[in-house]
Amino acid sequence: MVVELAKPRPIWQIMFSTHHTDVGLLYLIMSLAFLFMGGALALIIRAELFLPGAQIIGDAMTFNRIFTVHGTTLIFLFILPFASAVGNYYVPIMVRYKDMAYPKLNAIAFWMIPPGGALVWLGFADFTWYATPPYSIISAPGPAADMWIFGLKILGISSVLGAINFVVTILKCKHPDMSIGQVPLLAWSYLTSSLIILVAIPTFAAALLMLLTDRLGVSGFFNPAMGGDPIAYQHLFWFTFHPEVYVLVIPAIGMMYEIIPRFSRKPIYSYNSGIFAFVLLAIVGFSSWAHHMYASGMSFTEKTVFMVGTLAAVPASAMHVYNFIATMWNGRIKFSTPMMWAVGGIALFFSAGAGGVANAAMPLDFSTHDSYWVVGHFHLFVMGTIAFGSIGFLYYMFPYVTGRMYNETMGKVHFVMSFIGTVLVFFTQHILGLYGMPRRVFDYPPIPEWIAMNQIASVGAMIIGVSMVLFLINMIYSSGKGKLADTDDPFGVGGKYYYPFEAKNPHH
Amino acid sequence: MSGHSNWPEWIYIAVVIALMCWVGAEAWNAERLVEHVPEGAEIIKVTGQQWFWTFEHEDGTKEIGELHVEVGKAYKFEIHSKDVNHSFNIHDYVVLMDAIPGRINTVWFAPTDVGTHDIQCREYCGLIHYNMRGTLYVEEPST
Ligand code: HEM
Ligand SMILES: [Cu+2]
Ligand SMILES: [Cu+2]
Repeated sequence: MVVELAKPRPIWQIMFSTHHTDVGLLYLIMSLAFLFMGGALALIIRAELFLPGAQIIGDAMTFNRIFTVHGTTLIFLFILPFASAVGNYYVPIMVRYKDMAYPKLNAIAFWMIPPGGALVWLGFADFTWYATPPYSIISAPGPAADMWIFGLKILGISSVLGAINFVVTILKCKHPDMSIGQVPLLAWSYLTSSLIILVAIPTFAAALLMLLTDRLGVSGFFNPAMGGDPIAYQHLFWFTFHPEVYVLVIPAIGMMYEIIPRFSRKPIYSYNSGIFAFVLLAIVGFSSWAHHMYASGMSFTEKTVFMVGTLAAVPASAMHVYNFIATMWNGRIKFSTPMMWAVGGIALFFSAGAGGVANAAMPLDFSTHDSYWVVGHFHLFVMGTIAFGSIGFLYYMFPYVTGRMYNETMGKVHFVMSFIGTVLVFFTQHILGLYGMPRRVFDYPPIPEWIAMNQIASVGAMIIGVSMVLFLINMIYSSGKGKLADTDDPFGVGGKYYYPFEAKNPHH
Repeated sequence: MSGHSNWPEWIYIAVVIALMCWVGAEAWNAERLVEHVPEGAEIIKVTGQQWFWTFEHEDGTKEIGELHVEVGKAYKFEIHSKDVNHSFNIHDYVVLMDAIPGRINTVWFAPTDVGTHDIQCREYCGLIHYNMRGTLYVEEPST
């Protein structure tokens, strides 16, 4: 789809390359392919829920499989690989090194994703993205469930290998003249998120194996019929995945740290508070995992501990918002497409955090938990913040990757439609949750408020869908036919850019 | 990177921290109060299974998919599951508690008005999760 036009090469040369911009390109194309595949599933879900009764899907099992694969795909096959794509392009250049620390490992980490993704898609499991036992042990149909487990295993290993590579590249391969306190914030975001991965993922890796042997019947870790404890799985799962949400969001924040000062034509307001907030989030993020489990029967004391842990992480997120606004303050802002996405993303980041605080307050969570509120909450992050930051950054790096400019008007229309759509879908879902609609339902009773809210959400989703088609056309058309970019200053904002182009494979 | 004063940022952070302390304290206090089960609450055993709810009253009467209670009384639900995880939910009364095999979770409520309310399952439990629903009937006390 996106072709590196500056130096066209046959596709197999890119596929077998270990150079960081080539691996970055592979990550980029793969993640965008999964963005569209996972997004298509979301449109099916929204079409089905437009009205009560079966609309376009015949049976509940198919619906359950669709939302399971939707969530798994966008988290593990879009957000994470997209972050790796950007990291591959930028991190070595930002630390002034010729490549990633371990180029072969880098390529291996990438090539684990297609088999992992294939297992998830060919299996099409139904047990939701958190595969909770005992359902996942005694009830979920195989081989789909087993394929999902193996797929996630592979994706997890890929993620760990990638994280090791980023940490070593940044800490050990940065130019000797450069102190760690001079490494740009985008690279810092990869350092912190990679460190979180290394601490968090092993727990889930263990839980997956235990789940697998439980399914095979040779163990009963999480199976109450064999004396096991299903709640233990939830702890292992969320110990990984609450920190993992910061793994998802931190690189997107890093991308905004690259875009916002550039288009405000001002240096970042406070580099140090950016670093401080990243590191703080990475540490405090480990103290809140069981806020996903308030309703599982925890004691009052346990709930209190995890509520405090959750609230303690909020100031770190709030610091980023302040930093962005202070950077834009009095800047000569140029609202090119990347800037629009970044600013929109920050607004949605703020709203998402506010909703998160409500979840964290224990008595309120008993209204919101496992309702559509939670779906709205985390989508304001994954779509509103992370996808917005990522797409903005994609527009930003487009001239670097292809040597050409995208169509600016189409980029802006894409943003405006997506922003309106995102507000319609996910703000509405918050309200829907307050009306009591449970999540993960194939059908719902004809309660007038539920129908109205679902319809608004479905319309919003279609608006996003249309805008994504524009996006695809823009990318494909402009990468071949767009006007040539001014490679020194593609956006006409002046200043020095990090320019992956120049670092183009010195070995070839 | 430097050369500007930082005091607005410090004030901002202080405000955020103060807000979080306030939210935490209020939540702590409210939760402490709601979790306090009144004396003499009648016990109702709730069993979740794929894909319906059964209820057993103290006097041994059983109901499936329907639950009849009396206005003004306090009830304590003892919730458990026969197969996979479910979540027992009467949204109108903010009753929400997971039904988990191998353990009993409790939650209480005291209905304040006569009427009917939806009972539903809020934790994914498979094929008919979407229709694991029931009805709560709050009635006048029988004489
Ligand atoms: C201000 C920071 C945040 C707070 C206070 C917060 C709080 C919470 C709480 C308490 C829940 C549990 C809700 C429930 O299930 O009842 C939750 C769910 C969730 N949050 Fe956040 N959150 C924050 C940031 C984030 C970020 C940055 C992300 C992702 C990038 C995220 C992603 C999620 C996801 C995926 C879930 C739901 C998972 C699921 O049940 O499927 N959150 N959040
Ligand atoms: Cu969390
Ligand atoms: Cu259910």
